Amino acid sequence: MSAPLLWIVLPIALGGFLLFFRDERFLARMSAASALALGLLALVVPIDAALLLGPFSFKLAGTLNVLGRSFILQSEHGSLLAILYGLAAMWFFGAEALGLARRLAPLGLIILGLTVAALAVRPFLFAAVFIEIAVLLSVPMLLPLSQKPGRGILRYVIFQTLALPFILMAGWLLAGVEASPGDVTLTAQSTAMLAMGFAFLLSIFPLYTWIVMLLEESSPYIVGFLLWLLPQATVLFGMGFLDRYPFLRLSSELMTALRVAGLLMAVSAGLSAAFQRRLGRLMGYAAIAETGFLLVALSLGTTDGVQLVFMQIIPRGLGLTVWALSLAVIQSHADPPTFANAQGIARRLPFAAAGVILANFSAAGLPLLAGFPLRLILLEDLATLSSAQTIWLALGLLGLMTGAARTLGVAVLPGAEAGWSSRETRTQAALIALGVAALVALGLLPQVSQFLLKDLPALFERLGQGAL
Amino acid sequence: MLTVLLAWTPVALLLAASVGLFLSRDWRWGLIFLAAQYLGMFWLMTLHWPFGLASIKLVTGWMAAATLGVTRPGLSESEPSEASPWPQGRLFRLFIAAIAIVLVVAATPQAETMIPGVGRPVLAGGLLLAGMGLIQLGVTADILKITFGLLTFMAGFEILYATVETSILLAGLLSIVNLGLALSGAYLLTAAPTEEAEEEFPK
Repeated sequence: MSAPLLWIVLPIALGGFLLFFRDERFLARMSAASALALGLLALVVPIDAALLLGPFSFKLAGTLNVLGRSFILQSEHGSLLAILYGLAAMWFFGAEALGLARRLAPLGLIILGLTVAALAVRPFLFAAVFIEIAVLLSVPMLLPLSQKPGRGILRYVIFQTLALPFILMAGWLLAGVEASPGDVTLTAQSTAMLAMGFAFLLSIFPLYTWIVMLLEESSPYIVGFLLWLLPQATVLFGMGFLDRYPFLRLSSELMTALRVAGLLMAVSAGLSAAFQRRLGRLMGYAAIAETGFLLVALSLGTTDGVQLVFMQIIPRGLGLTVWALSLAVIQSHADPPTFANAQGIARRLPFAAAGVILANFSAAGLPLLAGFPLRLILLEDLATLSSAQTIWLALGLLGLMTGAARTLGVAVLPGAEAGWSSRETRTQAALIALGVAALVALGLLPQVSQFLLKDLPALFERLGQGAL
Repeated sequence: MLTVLLAWTPVALLLAASVGLFLSRDWRWGLIFLAAQYLGMFWLMTLHWPFGLASIKLVTGWMAAATLGVTRPGLSESEPSEASPWPQGRLFRLFIAAIAIVLVVAATPQAETMIPGVGRPVLAGGLLLAGMGLIQLGVTADILKITFGLLTFMAGFEILYATVETSILLAGLLSIVNLGLALSGAYLLTAAPTEEAEEEFPK
C-alpha cells in the first residue's frame, strides 16, 4: 500500500463509483465520511515510517511510480492532506443541506484526488496538467444540463486552459536556465512565460472577470468549492517553483512583481466590493482579494511570509465554506441575491445572513474573527518594506469591510414581513452556526490550528531563506 | 530537396486546415478541417517521436473531433448567435488570419534560437496552430468555435512541446486534456439548447 494510492487513486475511484448513484443523502454522507476518514488517516498514519499496531507493523510507502514518473507524498504532506480532506468533508456535508450533492460530491472527490496528485507528481511541473483536468471535470459540476452556458464558464475554461502551455514551456525553459545560469535572455523568457501561466491560473488582475461572472451564472456553493480548492493548489504549486529555482526566489524584481500583482488584486477587488449590490459578486471579489493577500504574503520572501501562506489555508477555506453555504441558502429564498431582494433577509434567514456577513468581515480582517490575525501580520510585515504599499493593502481591506457593512445594513432593514423567524432547515442552520463558531474560535485562539501547520514549511525547505 | 518538401508539406496542410477552420461557418467543414489539422500535427510529430507515440495524438485528435461531431447534429441547425463585438465577415477573418501568419513567419527564426535543433517546419507548424487558435478564441463567443480554438491552440503547443519532452505519462495526460476539452465543449453545446431541455440536475 502506498500513500498516493490512498489519497489520490482511492478518492478518484470512489468519486467515479459515486457517479452511478442519485440519492442526495447517500452521496453527501458517503463522500463526506470518506473525506473525513482520509483526513483523519492523514493525521494518524505516518507516511514512509513504520507504524506499530500491537504485534503488527505497517508501513505506508510514500512513492507510486506510473509510466516512468513518480507521485511522492512525504510525511510533511500529512497535515496538508488532513486539512484538505477535512475541509472537503465540510463542503460535502453542506452540499446535502442544499440539495447539491449529486453535482458536487462525486466530481468533487475526483477533483480533490487530482489536486493531491498535482501536489505529489514529480516532475512537479506536471501539476499544471492535473489542475487543468480538474478544471475540465468541474464543468458539469458548474452547469446543469438545463442551464444555458454563460460567458463566465467559457472564460473560466479558456483562461485555465491557456495557463497549461505557458507553465509547461516555462518548466522546460527553467531547466535550461539551471544548465546555464548566466543566460539572462533565457532567464527573462522563462520568468515571463511562468508569470503568464500563473496569471491565467490564479486569475491575476485583470484576468479574474470570470470569477464574478461565474458566481452569477452558477450555484455559489459549487463555485465557492472551486475558489477554495484550485487557487490553494495553484499557490502551493507556485511555491514549488520558487523553492526549486534559486534565481526565482532570490529575484527582487519577481518578488516586487508578485507584490504589485497581489496589491492590484486586493485593491481592485476591495474597491469593487465596496460598491457592489450583488451578494454573489461580493463573495467573488473577496475570493479575488484573498488570492491577492496570498501573493503579497509570498512576495515578502521571508519565512514569515511563507508561514503566513500556510496560516491562511484553514481560515480561508472555512470562511469560503460558510460564505458559500450561507449565500446559497439566501439565493434559494431571494434569487438573484441582490441588495434589493435581500432587504430584511436577516429577519427571515438569520443564520444565513449572519454567515454571509461574518465570513465577509473575517475576509476583511475584523478583530475577533479568523481573518484578523492573518491580516494584522500581513500588514505588519508589509509595513517593514513599504508604508505606501501597506496603505494600499489597508485600502483593499477597507473596501471589503465596507461591502460587509453595507450587507449588514441591508440585511437588517425592515422587509416586507414584520417580525423575526428562521426559515433555514435545521441542517443548514446547524452547519452555518458551526462554521461561524469556528470562525470566531479561530479569531480568538488562532494557535489552536498550529499543530496542523507546524510541519508544512518543511514541504518547501529553501523557500523563505532568500533575503530581498 | 525532396526532404525539405516532405518537411514543409505538413506545414502547408496545417496552414490550409487552420485557415479553413477559422473561416468556415458550417460545423461539418469545421470538423473536417480539425481532423486535417490533427493529421498534419501527427506528420510533424513523427519527425521527433516514434510513430506509435505520435499516433496517440492523431487518434486523440480524431476522437475529439468525433465527440464534437456526434454532439452537433442533435442541436438546432440555426446559426448560433455571435455575441462577439468583432466583425464576423470572411474578408475580415482572412485579414486577421494573414496577420497571424505574418507574425508566425516573423517569429519562427526567433523561436529557433529558443528551441534549437528542432527544425523550422516544426516550429512554424506549432506556432501557426497556436496563433490561429488564439485568434479563433479572440473573435468568437460560439461554444463550438471556442472549443475548436482551444483544441487548435493546444495542438500547436503540443507540436512544440513534443520536441523537448517525450514522457509517455505526459503524452497520456495531454490526450486526456484534449478529450476533456472536446467533452466539455460537447457538454456546453448540449446544455439547454432548447426550451424543453430535460432537467438533469437540480440548479
